[in-house]
Amino acid sequence: MNSRFPYHIFPLGDSALTLDFGNKIDTGINDYVLTLFDVFKNKALYGVLDIVPAYSSLSFHYNVAVLRKTIGGDLTAFEIISRQIEKTIAEAGPATSRRKRNISIPVCYSGEFAPDIEFISFEKNISIEKIIQVHTERIYTVYMIGFLPGFAYMGEVNEAIVVPRKSEPRASVPAGSVGIAGKQTGIYPLQSPGGWQLLGRTPVKIFDKQKRDPVLLQPGDQVQFYSISEDEFKNY
Amino acid sequence: MSLRIIKAGIFDTIQDTGRFGYRHLGINPTGAMDNLSAKLANALLGKRLEAALIEMHFPAPVILFQKPTIACLAGADFSAMVNNQEVPVHQPFFVAENSVLRFERLMHGARCYLSLFHDLQIDNWLQSASTHIKAEAGGWNGRRLKTEDVILFRPTRFTSNRGKKTNPLLSWKAAPLKINKHLDCIKGNEWAWLEAASQHSFKNSSFQISNLSDRMGYQLYGEQLRAGKDEQLVSSAVDFGTVQLLPNGQMIILMADHQTTGGYPRLAHITSTALSSLAQLNPNEAIQFRFIEVWEAEDNLLQQYNYLQQLQNACKLKIEKYLHASM
Repeated sequence: MNSRFPYHIFPLGDSALTLDFGNKIDTGINDYVLTLFDVFKNKALYGVLDIVPAYSSLSFHYNVAVLRKTIGGDLTAFEIISRQIEKTIAEAGPATSRRKRNISIPVCYSGEFAPDIEFISFEKNISIEKIIQVHTERIYTVYMIGFLPGFAYMGEVNEAIVVPRKSEPRASVPAGSVGIAGKQTGIYPLQSPGGWQLLGRTPVKIFDKQKRDPVLLQPGDQVQFYSISEDEFKNY
Repeated sequence: MSLRIIKAGIFDTIQDTGRFGYRHLGINPTGAMDNLSAKLANALLGKRLEAALIEMHFPAPVILFQKPTIACLAGADFSAMVNNQEVPVHQPFFVAENSVLRFERLMHGARCYLSLFHDLQIDNWLQSASTHIKAEAGGWNGRRLKTEDVILFRPTRFTSNRGKKTNPLLSWKAAPLKINKHLDCIKGNEWAWLEAASQHSFKNSSFQISNLSDRMGYQLYGEQLRAGKDEQLVSSAVDFGTVQLLPNGQMIILMADHQTTGGYPRLAHITSTALSSLAQLNPNEAIQFRFIEVWEAEDNLLQQYNYLQQLQNACKLKIEKYLHASM
């Protein structure tokens, strides 16, 4: 096996499979998932359409007909891809490291941009200044992107500001809103309903359909926030 | 000026067979709900199976063709008329200049696909013409078609002196849509989370497609199912056809506009070929699940692929002959 962590592979229907390292949020496992994501992207396995990293799993979506017809034999496409995954993991070995991009994101933590910051302050018995300090001093890993185009699940936030999701989600959260849910922090790339506790907003476009790379963040990125004033936000 | 939407339908969008390569960024493939019918419409015109076309729901649009072309409808039967003449599904038909295509009533199915001999002049977004409604990108400016929208044809070699008076139907057709309410599915990773009694219900009961059903997902209504354990599932990938267990014991089947990841237990995954049947079912219809093995599901997909390829090749030659004869 030669994998850093034990795994199992299961079908995700007839056109995809998941390489799974267990049902848990663990930074060591996630780092390995992101490492393998890099390895498999570079390998460009024939017939694979998409590779999707998540907290503790990596899923592969593939073209069954193309695989069955070109590689042929008695194997199912599921078996063909599974074997290639096992082989690649064994070759990669447990010690492979990955490239990390560093991204800085400006956030305004005041006024209308931070509708839940007072709730967090009250709930966790921590001043607003301290919330900002604690949120901006850590470097967060993008564990995965899902839910919306460009919605990056990042973590882990300091225990001092861990708060659960809102019991009743908002019908509409503005694009750029920065939130916390449990140990995760994230940014809404588009206006959408949402249940995360909002402590700030970024003027940066996390999702821009006009760009060649429409999503600013990628799985594995190292993200750090920095505080800006309302004026700076308006003039960004 | 090539085709104009005289009156928009309830939800018409440009789709192809999906936008691949971006799921890791949360950009799901979208694409035609009924993959088979979309490919069939294209195949019958000898076109590339993945070519962009129009997906329509009922009430469907009224379309004016300002230029002549050959069209083909596939999937649901909305009782199509071209200039007051009935045209069937699954059989190509000639459309003369200034013809009007309208749809009279819902006979059968839920989504109807309109493919044209001419390719549509649609700018791709991330290498696909499928409409991503949430991102407001792809397809026709990232939105459904509205009244007065004008879609251009890409220029192509097409001359025909056929007028409105000749029989518009071309001489070949495909068998009608077969909708199977027993949906083939693959066991999901969290199938074992279900209590034995709930597993029995899943396999033996029928479930109704509720009114809360659309391109994102079909919410089902039926016997409440229970998970034996209290575990929360960490978010991970899902696919078109994934059957999730919701906290209230009901289920949702993810459809073409599904999110890329989810945190609800995955009980099963509807197979690719069975999804085409599901996409043609309307709210209040009932479905049942039937587990099959991965190899069987793959074989079904392969069989469908071979059929479509052969059909496309045959029709490409037939269309060329037809055009040559009409010059």
